[in-house]
This record gives sequence, C-alpha cells and structure tokens, in this order.
Amino acid sequence: MTQTIFEKGAPGRRAFTCPPLDVPAVDGLLPEAFRRAQEPRLPEVSEPELVRHYVNLSKRNFDLDSGFYPLGSCTMKHNPRLHERVAALPGHSRLHPLQDPARAQGALELMWNLERALAEVAGLPHVSLQPSAGSHGELAGVLLTKALHADHGEARTKVLTPDTAHGTNPATVTMAGYELVKLGTNADGGVDIDDLRAKADETVACLMLTNPNTLGIFDHNIEEIAEIVHEVGATLYYDGANLNAVMGISRPGDMGFDIVHFNLHKSFTQPHGGGGPGSGPIAVAEHIEPYLPRPVIVQGADGTFDLDDHRPKSIGKLRGFQGNYGCFVRSYAYIRSLGAEGLKDASETAVLNANYLLARLRTLGALNKLPLAYGELCMHEFVLSGAPMKRDLQIRTLDLAKRLLDHGFHPPTVYFPLLVDEALLIEPTETETRETLDAFAEALAEILREAADDPSVARNAPYSTPVRRLDEAAAAKHPVIRQAF
Amino acid sequence: MLSEIGVRSLDELFDRQIPAAVRLQRPLDLPAGMAEQDVYEHLRALAARNTSAEDEISFLGAGMYDHYVPAVVDMLMERSEFLTPYTPYQPEISQGGLQVMFEYQTAISELTALPVSNASVYEGPSAVAAAAYLAKLANGKPKVVVSRGVHPHARAALRTLAAGYGHEVVEVGLRDGVTDAAAWAGAIDQDTGAVIFQQPNFLGAVEDAAALAAAAKDSPAVVVGSYDPIPLGILKPPGEVGVDVAVGEGQSLGNRLDFGGPSFGYFAATDAYLRRMPGRIAGETHDVDGKRGFVLTLQTREQHIRREKATSNICTAQALNALAGVVYLTWLGRHGLVELGELLLQRTHYAREALTAVDGVEALHEQPVVREFALRLDAPVDRVIARCQDAGINPGFAIGREYDEYPDGLLVALTERRSKEHIDRLADILGAAVAAERHSAGVSA
Repeated sequence: MTQTIFEKGAPGRRAFTCPPLDVPAVDGLLPEAFRRAQEPRLPEVSEPELVRHYVNLSKRNFDLDSGFYPLGSCTMKHNPRLHERVAALPGHSRLHPLQDPARAQGALELMWNLERALAEVAGLPHVSLQPSAGSHGELAGVLLTKALHADHGEARTKVLTPDTAHGTNPATVTMAGYELVKLGTNADGGVDIDDLRAKADETVACLMLTNPNTLGIFDHNIEEIAEIVHEVGATLYYDGANLNAVMGISRPGDMGFDIVHFNLHKSFTQPHGGGGPGSGPIAVAEHIEPYLPRPVIVQGADGTFDLDDHRPKSIGKLRGFQGNYGCFVRSYAYIRSLGAEGLKDASETAVLNANYLLARLRTLGALNKLPLAYGELCMHEFVLSGAPMKRDLQIRTLDLAKRLLDHGFHPPTVYFPLLVDEALLIEPTETETRETLDAFAEALAEILREAADDPSVARNAPYSTPVRRLDEAAAAKHPVIRQAF
Repeated sequence: MLSEIGVRSLDELFDRQIPAAVRLQRPLDLPAGMAEQDVYEHLRALAARNTSAEDEISFLGAGMYDHYVPAVVDMLMERSEFLTPYTPYQPEISQGGLQVMFEYQTAISELTALPVSNASVYEGPSAVAAAAYLAKLANGKPKVVVSRGVHPHARAALRTLAAGYGHEVVEVGLRDGVTDAAAWAGAIDQDTGAVIFQQPNFLGAVEDAAALAAAAKDSPAVVVGSYDPIPLGILKPPGEVGVDVAVGEGQSLGNRLDFGGPSFGYFAATDAYLRRMPGRIAGETHDVDGKRGFVLTLQTREQHIRREKATSNICTAQALNALAGVVYLTWLGRHGLVELGELLLQRTHYAREALTAVDGVEALHEQPVVREFALRLDAPVDRVIARCQDAGINPGFAIGREYDEYPDGLLVALTERRSKEHIDRLADILGAAVAAERHSAGVSA
C-alpha cells in the first residue's frame, strides 16, 4: 500500500533549519486573538525521507521523456533541457516582477522579442503575453471583443462555437457573460456554412474557431467564414491549441482571424509539468490593440523598454504582474534555436508524422475497425472512431487505451471530439522518429488482433501499471480529497 | 514516408489541405536558428542585464517574496517524471502526480483550516477573481465588496472578470492601515454576493479577519479571504474566523520569483462549495484489485465534461508549481513553518523600529505586522529608492505607484534571507538617501 507523506515520519523529524534569531526577542507582537492555536499538521520527515518519498512517487508517473505520448490537441513534443538551464539563471529566476523597469531591461527585451516573434507567426501586429494558459487567453480574447463592441456602443449577446470545439471555449463564453450558440459540422469536418449564415447576425459578438480543428481538418472555407463573421461586425477568434500544424505555413491573421491565443506549453515547448504551468499569450489585430491587458511593453526612442500601465481603454488585468515569464524564457529560447526555417520545419514534420502514422494504420488494416472520422489526409492530428471496433470486437475505445498502457505507450486523447463516436484523437508531433510511429501502429494493430481472439484481455487491461483500473465512480460518490488525521 | 502516405511531396500534403490564398508565400520574418551554446549565451546576456535579488539586498515584496528555494525543490521539479507529463488523464500511469496533488490538497487544507482544496489555480490575483466567480455561481447576487487592502492586481483582475458577467465591484477604503470597519459593514447588503479582504493586507497590516467575516453574516455573501501562506504557522487560519473561500499566491512556498510567474494560486473552501470549485481535484479510490490509488475526481464540474455549464474554464493550471509548494511545506515541516513565522515576526518588528527611527521616515500605520510593513517618507519615494539601489539595496515598493492616497508610502518586505545585518544596512542607506533628497529639495527651494 502506498503511504502518503502525512503517513510517514515521526514527531521531531525535519529537513529545515531555521536561521537563528539575530534580533532582540519581543513578546506580544501579535495580539492573542489573531494567533493560531494549533499549528497545521504538516509532515515531520527528514530530508532523506522527503527525497525518497517524492522520487519514488515520480517513478509512478509515465512521462514524455520516457515514451511516446500522442495525446491529441496537447502537442506533446520534446522539451529541450537547455530551456530549463536558461530559465534557472538567477538574472531570470530571481528577478522580482516589481523591479524598476530600468533595472529589468534584459527581461523586457526578451518579452519584446517574444512578442514580435509571436506576432509574426500569427500574422497579427500586437501581442500581450499576460494570460496564464490557453483558457485564460480565450477569456482575454472574448473580453477584448466585449470591450471593442462596448466602445462602439454595442451590446452583443451571443458567441458561436462549432460542436468540435475544445471544452474551454464554451466554458469561456459563459464566464464572459455571453450565451453560447453551437454550430454544426459539415461532411468535410469543417464549419457548416449554412448553419453559420443562419446564426450570424447583429447579436453575435464572436466566432471561436480552431483551425485546423480538433478533427485535424483544416477548414478550407476559412476565408468565407471570416467574411460572414466580419459582415455582421463580430470578431473571429483563433484557438491556438492546434497552431503546431501551421507555423510558417499559414497564419491566422492571413486567414482573417482578429484574435489568436498561443499555448506556449504546446507549440512552444514549455513542459506541461503534469498539469501546468502554461502560458497563453494573445495576438490581436490593429483595431483591438487599445483594449489589450495592461501593462504593455513599450520601446522608447533610445531603445530602452518600459511598462505602460496607463491604458484607458484596456480590459484591465487578467492576473498579477506581467505573466508567466519563466515560460517566456523557455519559449523564446525555442524560437531562437529553431529560427524561421526551423519552426516551419517543425510544423511540416508534425503534419508528415501524423499522415505517416495514419497511413501505417491503414496499411496494417487497423482502420477497418478504427476508421478515420473525416477526410483522407490530416494536418498534425487525426481522429479515429472506435464504433466498429466496439460493435465487432466488443472492446471500447477506453479498453484500447488501457491496453496501450501495457505496450508502454501513453494513449491518445479519448472520447473527444464529442461528435465522433468512441473517438481517438492522435497527435504524434514532429519530435518522434519513424521507428516510434511504426511501433505504435503495430501495437494498435496487435491489440485489435488480440481482441478478435479474446476481448477480455483488453477489457481488463492494464496489467503492468503501478495500479490497475481505478474506481472513479466511487471516488466521485464519496469524495476523499485530503488525508484524514 | 511520403510514399507510404501516397503523396509525391511534402508540399502536396499541404496543397491538398490548405487553400493557396491563405498559405504564407514567404519565410517567416524571424532570425535564423542558433546552436544551443549560442542560444545559451544570448539568454545569459539578457539575464545579465537584469538586477535580480542575487545582485542587490532586496526588501521588495508586495505580493512576491525572495524566500530561499531549497535544493530538493529544484531537483524534484527537474525530474522528467514530474516535468514532462500532461494533466493526469490516465490515472494508472499517473499515480505519482495524482498523489502529489492529494498531498498538496491536504497541506493547503491544513494551512487554511478549510476542508476542501483544489489542485491549484493560475496564481494569486486571478484566484481572487475566480473566488468571486464561485460566489456568482453560488448565489447570483450582483455586487462584490472588496477591501482596498486587497492587492491592486487582484482588484484589477476581479474588475476585469466581473465586467464580463456584469457584476458591480465596490471598493472599501482603509483607515489606520486596515479595512475601514464602518464602511465595510455599510457596503454589505442583501445584493452582495461576495466580500473579499486580504490577510495581511497590501500594507502589511494584520486585519481583524473575524470581524470582517462577521460583518457579512446576515448577508448572502460568500466570505473570501486572500491569505499569504507564509504567516499561517502563527496567524489564525481563515477556516477559524468565518472565511468560506480562502485563496492566495503560492509563490512564497518554494517557487522562484521568475519576474512574476509561473507560480501557483491556492483555492480552498468549506464543504458547501465542494461541487462549485474550479479546476482539478484529486481523490482517493482503489483499483480492481483493491489497491489504493488516486484519480481526478468530481470532473462533472469541469469544462471538458460540462462545457458551457462548467464551474470555470480552467484547464492547464500549475501542477508543477504546486508540487514545489507541497515539497517546500514538507521541507519546512510542522514546526518549521511556525519557526519561520516567528522569525519573520521578530525581524519585521525590528526592521520597523529601526527604519522609523530614521530622520524623515515614519510608520504609515501602527497595526500589527508579520512580514511586511508600510512607511511614509518625507522625500520623493522613487528617488529615494533609486539612491538606495545605487548603493546596493532595494528598499521596497513605492506604494504611490498603486495608491493615490499614499504618494509617500514605501512597502518593506522581509524574508528569512534578510538578516539583522541587512536591516541595519538598509536603515543606514535609507537614512542617507532620505537626507540627501531632503537636502537637495532644500537647496532647490
């Protein structure tokens, strides 16, 4: 049985040595009424116990450095270790966010350069690095739209999203005080243009779109979509979760988008950290610039940088300080390492790898039971439907995913996008080798063969993991979310 | 690979999918790529142009603090197994990360004396805004009352978010360094959905949290306290004074300054709000063999399941930074957090005495302080700060940058890294800087 850190140790054990009191001790500095009576029951362990506990826990995690992680829409590409090294330099890591800008010129120059680079990739002139993650960038984008319309004396009430959208899109719409209106998907996997025409009117503030979308399909009607949206005075928002398909190939600004968010933790190699940190900068068109979050970085005539907090039309602040600078350092290092050609090469290879994996699966016959949901080719990711597998082999997508664990692979995203029955969303990224893609395709095919013989094997998988299938229903029914004492 | 796919060229792959009109027909206008060692040199040169807490003796706080980050935190954060996975969607191969979340939740729950904690939100100021959103979902009342003792960035983030769903934000001013009790009570009514204070407040003063919470008792309001976690070894915790939702900036707990992020926000609450919490929550369960294990739980609150009806849009949060937080709290341990709090209490008092003894410097308020305090300078604050920095000491934050009502204010923060010797030096240099500014003002007058 795995013990938690709270179940280990013994009274009096510790790792921390408090510096000695070097000033005269004074009683009564804190009124008794404000004092805590009983200290928090934190662990009492020595440093060796602490290290062993957390190192052993780490070994109960699967991670990108150990194996293939084709989690769709998450862009699990390699995280270069140089980035950790440069982010740890004290000039970056011990810089206080309220340091006088004149004494933080290196940081502001880095942010300025990163803004310029992201603006070029987006094809839009202005960038704010402030949002903390993709969903935070989405919120910024929708609030910018609201500010734009309010400034023009308009109060619009609806935001459109296609049914293929990430869950963060509709959740953002609600948080920003809009009504969600869903758009259907056409036979090609793109936005249903007739549905869009029917729903786009003067009450619509924005259309939030991912392109390529979560089906891995580039919406070839994008220019027409932009025209319809702009005709009614709405903004077109680009969810950048899938930007890894198009860097240097096609730019959201050129497609007609007004606002774009980036996930630095996807396309730009900020490690995911098991669920963050991330960073979700936004790029915007000229007419939206006045509303950007404050402060903005400005460059003076003498070349020095400053933070401008006096922005009367700004939506304000989304969070403290200037954003997740540590992520900016890593992503900037990535962009400088790759350069213009390298970024394009990354996207080309991501798309090549996805199509190769798809082709291998076709060659191996796996698509007979796991057909491609839409199209023939794909961009950087593709969606298979597990419906025939479920019908013919009596195993579900969940079973397939769990059996993949025994083959040493992280499964793809499962049961998303929602409009595909038993969906598997597969994104290999550009940093995987052909051998890895071959091995993964073989493993999928092998699981299907195995299921044809005996579906119970997959249905009871996994077998080789630290724990086997967990009772999630019990966890939700009687939540135990902290250690009992 | 191309022949396997059945295309002749890479271009064909794109030509068949992306209309020519929206293809970029030129290379990106970015510098060419660089070798690893050259990128390192470039980033090192940029770092060298910043004055960090490594380069000066810094008393700058105001929301982020230069605490020591133990080596074990760095070591664990750099482990591939924690650094490189995604959010733990496959629990069988994510038990390490999920158990860390469970332990983190327990530690936050203990710190705050509240039964429910999520696995982290972005950071402190946006956590305040998120708490107001929880209140909006819980009671729908259209008004938020917030003390001006709450961090200005948190109040700004709150206003930004509230503007989205159309709620009114009413600020209550400070009197003698703490929230004006009469104005606070007067602002709270039956339309008030949330009341928000900060402990200690932005000026470093310890608020009478129990009284602030009690003032909201007869209203529908959710009582939100934004607490600095470091003094919680000695300060009465939010759960014992009537706070419903406690949030705060977690940077002090084992995270670097990083020019403002990434750090983490913590978010804790009473049982009543369990199903309205934003973000991930790890829960304990068992596997098919009866083995103990952990999963992400209560996911029907979340955007990937509930979509437009979710309690928040948050997806990626701050798991790695929260790991640093729980490792740091474990490293401090049960008695270490208290000892650290007592040390800061004593040194903060010593520093306040030493600095208010300087000519031209007085206390901005006389309230109890635990790790940070506010002064008034009889000289232009920005120029005094610049003089001190030229002498190798950063004396703190010019409060007037955020508060028109305190144009002469200086906010001074302590951590365990600032010794008596540093404080004495600050007193000398601040004294000299104030004297020099007063002298030059006298000369020019």
